[in-house]
Amino acid sequence: MGILIDSNTKVLVQGITGRDGSFHAASMLEYGTNVVGGVTPGKGGQEVHGRPVFDTVADAVDAAGADCSVIFVPARFATAALREAADSGIGLIVCITEGVPVLEMLGNYHYIREKGVRLIGPNCPGLINPGESKVGIMPGHIHKPGGIGVISRSGTLTYEVVYNLTLKELGQSTCIGIGGDPVIGTGYIDLLELFESDPDTKGVVIIGEIGGEEEEQAAEYIKKSVSKPVVAFISGRTAPPGKRMGHAGAIISGGKGTAEAKVKAFQEAGVPVADRPDQIPELMKEKLGS
Amino acid sequence: MKIHEYQARQLLAAYGIPVPPGKVARSTEEAVRIADEIGLPVVIKAQVLVGGRGKAGGVKLARTTEEVREAANKILTLTIKDIPVEAVLVVKAVEIRKEYYLSVTVDRANKKAVCIVSASGGVDIEELAVKEPEKILKHYIDPLQGPDQKSLRKFLSAAFSKDLLDQAVEATGNLYRLLIDKDCSLVEINPYAQIDETTLIAADAKINFDDNGLPKHAEVEAMRTAEEYSREEIEAKEAGLSFVSLEGDIGCIVNGAGLAMATMDLIKLFGGQPANFLDVGGSSSPQKVLTALQILTRNKNLKAILINIFGGITRCDDIAKGILIAREQIDLPVPLVIRLIGTNEKEGRALLEQAGLEAASEMTAAVKKVLERAKAGV
Repeated sequence: MGILIDSNTKVLVQGITGRDGSFHAASMLEYGTNVVGGVTPGKGGQEVHGRPVFDTVADAVDAAGADCSVIFVPARFATAALREAADSGIGLIVCITEGVPVLEMLGNYHYIREKGVRLIGPNCPGLINPGESKVGIMPGHIHKPGGIGVISRSGTLTYEVVYNLTLKELGQSTCIGIGGDPVIGTGYIDLLELFESDPDTKGVVIIGEIGGEEEEQAAEYIKKSVSKPVVAFISGRTAPPGKRMGHAGAIISGGKGTAEAKVKAFQEAGVPVADRPDQIPELMKEKLGS
Repeated sequence: MKIHEYQARQLLAAYGIPVPPGKVARSTEEAVRIADEIGLPVVIKAQVLVGGRGKAGGVKLARTTEEVREAANKILTLTIKDIPVEAVLVVKAVEIRKEYYLSVTVDRANKKAVCIVSASGGVDIEELAVKEPEKILKHYIDPLQGPDQKSLRKFLSAAFSKDLLDQAVEATGNLYRLLIDKDCSLVEINPYAQIDETTLIAADAKINFDDNGLPKHAEVEAMRTAEEYSREEIEAKEAGLSFVSLEGDIGCIVNGAGLAMATMDLIKLFGGQPANFLDVGGSSSPQKVLTALQILTRNKNLKAILINIFGGITRCDDIAKGILIAREQIDLPVPLVIRLIGTNEKEGRALLEQAGLEAASEMTAAVKKVLERAKAGV
C-alpha cells in the first residue's frame, strides 16, 4: 500500500548510536519497520536494539542488504553522511537532520540526483505507510491505514492533520514530511506524480507554509496533471514579512511566498483550502464524494 | 543573519572587489576626523539593517567639514523604522557615470546558485524587476562545478562593455567564492558603479548569511548586530527556542514551527491577535517551557497565554512539568489555556490534574477558550 516504502523495505539508521538515532530506531522497530542495522563510523561490530552496527553504509548494504537509509547525524556531518549513502547504491535516503547549510544542500541535491537516488528532507519528520513501515520520527499511533496521501513541509502540523483525518475515519496510504528547508530532495510535484499513479491512494492532502513558490508550482501541476481529489492547508497567514518563522524556508521575502498567493493558486487550481486543520477531513470527504 | 554595509564592504574588499575609501564612525567628531583623513567630498550613510534609509534622510553628501559635522550630527540622532542610528559610514564621494546591479544568491526553485545582473542598477531595482523584468539578467551556476568562466563571460557581456568586462567577470567569480566560503544567502552590490572609462567599484554592499551556516563561521557570527533581534528574541535563541514578537495580545507556546504558525492563524481566524510566534522545538525540556513563559509574561500587552502541544519527540509530561515549575517560580499575570495531545499525554494530564489544571485535547476548542478567557480576564 502507498508509495516509496512498504513492509519489505530494509532500513538502515545512520547515526544509530546517537541519542536521537537510537531512540527512533527503537520506535521504528516497535512500529514494525524492518530495521536491518545502523551505521556509526568507528563503532562497527557493536549492536543497538539487537541490530548490527557497521562502520560504513557500503558495509551495511553488503552485509544486511539495506535499500533505504534514514539519517540522524548532527548537521556538521550531514553532507558526508548523505553523499556516503548516495554512493552506496541505496535507493532512498531520508534525512531527518535539521540545520544543514543551504549551499551544502545545493551540491548534495545534484550529487544525489545524478546517482539516481531519491532524497526526502532534510529537516523533516520522514515518512510512514500506516500499518506497514515507519521511516522517521512521527508518533505512529495517530495514523491509520487507508487511502489518503499526505505531503507536508511541516512536522507537528502534519501530526495535527493526520490526527484529524484518523478521527474522521480517513486512513492514510503514505504520509510524507518533505522538510522545512529552502532546498529539499523531493518536492510536492514529485510526490503528487507518485500518488496519482498509486492505486491505493484516493485523495491527497497538501500542507504548505509561507516561503518559496513550491505551493504555487504544485497548484499549477495539479491543474494540469492530477485527477485525484486534493485538499490543501497553508500555515503562516499571520506571519510578518522578513522574519524567519522557525523553519529556514518559512520566510516571506521580496513580496514572494505569502500565504495569500498560495491560497489563491490552490483555489484557482480547484483545490479547496481549509481555514483550520480540523476542516480538512470534511473537505476531503466532499471531494471524494463528488 | 544580516550585517551592516561597512562590514559587508570589508568582506568585499577582502575578496578583491574594489570599494571607495571609507570608515565607520560612532560620533560626529569621529566622522569629521575620517572625512579629514580620506578627503572631501564624502557621503555619510546611516548604518541600519532596514531598507529605505535614503528616503528616511539617512544618506547625505557633505562637501565641507561643516557639512560633515551637520550631516553626521543629524543622521546619528535619526530613528529609521524604529531603529536608532548608532553608526555612520563615512565614504569618499565618487562621481558615478553609470549604475549596474550585481549579486549572487541561491535559487531555491532551480536548486542552483544564481548570478543576477542589470545594466540599470540603483535604488529602484526592485521596481524594475516588476516593471521591466527583461532588464534583469540571470545566470545559473552549477553548485558541483562552480562558475564556468566562458559562459559567465558571455553572460556578463550582455550588460558590461568590453572595457569593463574583465573586471565584472573577476568580481562575479569573487562574489561566488565569498558566497560559498562564508555560507551567505545573498551577496549584493548595488550600485556596482562605473566611475570612469574603465573602473567599476562597489558603491554599496549587502550580505546576508544562512543561519544554518553560522556554526561553521565564528568570524561571521562575531559580526552579529544586536538590532536585528529584540532582547527577547536573543534570549529565546540562547535557550533553544525560536521566537518572533508580534503586535497582538495572545501569547502562544507551541512545539513545531508549522503548528506554531497554524496556531497564530487560528487565533486570528477567531478574531484575536497573536502576541508572538514561539516554537519550543523538539525534545523540549521543562526548562524551555519555563523560559518561554518568562519571556512571554514580560509583554505588558499580554491578555492570555495558549500552550498548544502535539507530542512527537516532545513529551507531554515534560511540558506539564515545565508548566508546574513555572507556576511556582513566576506569578502568571494572565489566564493560561493548555492543549496537550500525543506522546505521554496521559502522564502529562495526570501531572496537571494534581495541580488543579485542565488541558484541552482539540486545538480549535483551545483557541476559542483562550480568546474567551482573554476577554473575561480570568
